[in-house]
Amino acid sequence: MRFLTAKRRGRAVRPALLVTALLLMGALYAAVAPAARVSADTGNSQQVAEGKALFQVTCSSCHGMNGEGTGQGPSLVGVGAAAVDFQVSTGRMPMANPGAQAPRKQNTYTDEEIAALAAFVATLAPGPAIPTEEQYSGEGLSAEQLAKGGELFRTNCSACHNFEGAGGALPNGKYAPSLVGVSGKHIWEAMRTGPQQMPVFSSGVVVDDDVRAIVGYLETLHAQPSGGLTFGALGPVAEGLFAWIIGIGGLCLIAVWIAAKGARAR
Amino acid sequence: MAKPAEVSTESPVLETERPPQQASLPKGVTGLATWADDRLGLASLLKKNLRKVFPDHWSFLLGEIALYSFIVLLLTGVFLTIWFKPSMAEIEYQGSYQLMRGLPMSEAFASTLALSFDIRGGLLVRQIHHWAAMLFVAAMTVHMLRIFFTGAFRKPRELNWLIGVGLFSISLIEGFAGYSLPDDLLSGTGLRFVDGLIRSIPLVGTWVEFFAFGGEFPGELIIPRLYMVHILLVPGLLLGLIAAHLALVVYHKHTHYPGPGRKDGNVVGYPLFPVYTAKAGGFFFVVFGVSILMGATMQINPVWNFGPYNPAQVTAGSQPDWYMGWVEGAIRIMPNWEWHLGSTTWSWNVFLPGVGLMTALFVLLGLYPFVEAWITGDKSEHHVLDRPRNAPTRTALGVAGMTCYAMFWLSGGNDILATQFKLSLNAVTEFMRVAVFVAPVIAFIVTKRICISLQRADTERVLHGSETGIIERAPDGGYSEPHKPISIDEKFTLTQHKQLKELTSAPATDSHGVAEQGAGVGRLRALLSRWYLAGVITKPTAEEIVEADHHANGHELEEGHRHDDGDVPADPAGREVTH
Repeated sequence: MRFLTAKRRGRAVRPALLVTALLLMGALYAAVAPAARVSADTGNSQQVAEGKALFQVTCSSCHGMNGEGTGQGPSLVGVGAAAVDFQVSTGRMPMANPGAQAPRKQNTYTDEEIAALAAFVATLAPGPAIPTEEQYSGEGLSAEQLAKGGELFRTNCSACHNFEGAGGALPNGKYAPSLVGVSGKHIWEAMRTGPQQMPVFSSGVVVDDDVRAIVGYLETLHAQPSGGLTFGALGPVAEGLFAWIIGIGGLCLIAVWIAAKGARAR
Repeated sequence: MAKPAEVSTESPVLETERPPQQASLPKGVTGLATWADDRLGLASLLKKNLRKVFPDHWSFLLGEIALYSFIVLLLTGVFLTIWFKPSMAEIEYQGSYQLMRGLPMSEAFASTLALSFDIRGGLLVRQIHHWAAMLFVAAMTVHMLRIFFTGAFRKPRELNWLIGVGLFSISLIEGFAGYSLPDDLLSGTGLRFVDGLIRSIPLVGTWVEFFAFGGEFPGELIIPRLYMVHILLVPGLLLGLIAAHLALVVYHKHTHYPGPGRKDGNVVGYPLFPVYTAKAGGFFFVVFGVSILMGATMQINPVWNFGPYNPAQVTAGSQPDWYMGWVEGAIRIMPNWEWHLGSTTWSWNVFLPGVGLMTALFVLLGLYPFVEAWITGDKSEHHVLDRPRNAPTRTALGVAGMTCYAMFWLSGGNDILATQFKLSLNAVTEFMRVAVFVAPVIAFIVTKRICISLQRADTERVLHGSETGIIERAPDGGYSEPHKPISIDEKFTLTQHKQLKELTSAPATDSHGVAEQGAGVGRLRALLSRWYLAGVITKPTAEEIVEADHHANGHELEEGHRHDDGDVPADPAGREVTH
C-alpha cells in the first residue's frame, strides 16, 4: 500500500488510469453489446469477396453494383442475410422476367454461393441474419403450443394465405403464395424480412417461439389426413364446382340410363 | 315348382279353361291387407293411383334428384341433431383434435368437432349431409331450368311454378342457416355477410339487425335461432310445399314431350306400378348412394381447418356455398356507392347487389309465366312440352338469365380465378362489371339465332328429308347428296307445335267492318308480341309437306330408274368430257 500511496501522484498515473478505464469500458461494451447476428461468416473476407463478385455478375443489373438499388430493383442495404437466403434459395431471385411478383421456381445456386451472396449483402448494413434451427423448428411442441400457433396463423396469416395456407389473391396480379411444403426456415425468413407484398413481422411483434408455433401448426396441419379429396383446399368454390360436375353431372348420366331402360327398350 | 306329371284322357279343348293359378299371398298378408283396407280405404286409392301414367324422359328425373336428396337430408339431419349443441356459450376445447386443444370456442363448434372426430361415423354423415344439401339446391336449379325451357310452366301449371319458386327461395335460406350452424371461421364470416345485408336496408336495417341477432353481431342468440329455422321452421315449410307441389303434379298429370300420339289431352308413358315404382325407387337409392360416395371420398367444409369463429379473423377463400355465390359475386364487383343523408347511411353498395338482386331474381322468376302468357295471348292449356327451339325468345331469355347468373357466380370466386388462372384480381373484377351487362345480351342474340337456325333445319328436314351421307356424281360431273324422306312420325314431331300469331294493336274487324271481340291490344303489348315472335320460322303447312312428298317421290322414281340401268356404263359424252 505504501507503494500506491507513494506513486499515486506520479506523472505516469493519469495516462495509465485513462487507459485502464478505456479498457474496462471496452471490455464491458464487448460483453454487454449484442453480437452481430449474422451467421454468414462476415469475418471471412474471402467469402465476402466471392459474394461480391457473384453479386456483381448476377444481381447488380437490377440492384446496383453495391446493392444500392436501381429503377429495376430495390436497395438491398439493410435487408440482411435472411432476405438473401429466402429470395435466392426459393428461386425467386434472380427474377426470370419482370412481373407483378417474383414466382417461386427452381433454385440454381449452390448453398456456398447463397452463403457468399448473403455474407456480402450482410456487410452493406445490419439486418436479420439467417436463423439457426432452434429459432424456427416446429419440432417438439406441445398440443397447446400448436393450438396457439393455429390462433396466431388465423389472426396474422390466413387473411392472405388462406385457412390451410393454400395461398390467395392480392390486387393487380399479386398473390400470397401457397405455404404447403415451405420449410420452417423460409417461413421464419419471410416473416422477418417481408418479401414482396408481405408485411414484416419483426421479432418484437412475433417472437421466435411464436414463429415456431406457427411452423409447427402448419406442418401438423399439412401432415394430418383429410376427410377425402380436398380439391386444392380452396374452400366452397371448389366444393360447389365438384357438386355440380360429379354430383349433378353423374346423376344426370344415371337418369339418362334409367330413362333409356324402358319396358319397351329391349 | 314341378307339377306331378299326369296323363289326361280328355281333350283340353273341351275343358273349361281357367287362368293359371297365381301364387297366392300367405293368408296373414291378405288378412292384414283386408284389415287395413276396411279401416283406411286404401284399395280404391291405390287402384286408381298405381296405374297413374308417367312419361319417360331423363329430364323428368331432375326434380326427383331434388326430392331424394331432401330425404337424404332429413335422414342424415336427424343423426346430426342427436349430437349437435346449438349453443354459443364459450367453452375451452378439450376434445381429441390436437390442433385446437385449449382454445376457447362456442359449444356449437366444439360439438361439430366432436361430430367430426369423436362420434363414430359422424364425419361421414356430416359430409353426406353437406353434399346432399349442395345436390338438393343444384337439382332444384336444373329442374327449374328444364321446366322453363320446355314451357312446362304454362297454363295450367303456373301456380305449381310459383310453389317451385317458393321452394327454391326458402331452400336457399335453409342451406344458409345450416351452413352457419357449426360456428367455424367461414360460417361466421358468412353470418357477418348477411349481417351486412340486413344493415344495408335503408333506415330500418340496424333495427332489424338488432332484432335478428338480439343485439350487436354476433351476440349469443343467432345460432339457437338459426337452429330452430334450420331443423323446424324451414323443413316444415319445405315438406308442406313439396306435398303441394307433388299433389299438383298428380292433379295436372305429367307433361310429355311432343311425338306421335302425344296430345294435350293425354299422357303417354308407363304406369306408376310397376315400371315407375322400380325406376323411381331405384333412382332414390342411386341418389342416396351417390351422396354417400361423395361424403365418403370428397372432403367438404373441413371446419377443423377453419378454426372457431372469431370476428377479428378472416381467411382468403371465404366464400359461401355455391347457391349464395352469385350474391357474393354481386357484392364483390359493386362500385362503392353510398349516401349520407343527415344521420343516416344508405349503403347502396350492399343493398342493391345483395337485397335488391335476390328480390329481383325471385320476382322475375315468379312473374315470368304470367308475363309470357300476356305477351303471347296464349290462353290454352298445355300438356305437350315445347321444344326449346320452337320458343326462340323464351329460350334466349333463359340463356341470357343463366349467363347473367354465371357472371355474378364467377365474380364470387374472383380471387380463386385470379390465383388459379394467374390473372389480375382487379382485371377479373373490372371485366365482370362489364360482363354482367354485356354477356347476357350476347347470349340472347346467339341463342336466338341458334334456335331459329334449328327451326330452319327442322323445316328443311321435313320438306327435303334427311341427308343420306351418300355423295353421287352425275354424268356431267356434278356432285350431289340425295336426301331420304323422314318418317311420318318424325314429320309430326317436328311440326306439331302451335304457331303463335303476333298480336296487333289495330282492332281487327270482320267482313262486316265490326270489331272482333277481344281483338286488338295495347301498343306496348303489340310491340312486345312482335319482339317475342321476331324471326320465328313459320312451320311448313300440310300442303307444303304433301307437295314436298310428291317431289321426293319423283326423286325416288328417278333414282330407281337409274338403279335399273346401273350396269350400263355412263354415257359416252360424259367420258369424253373427262378425257
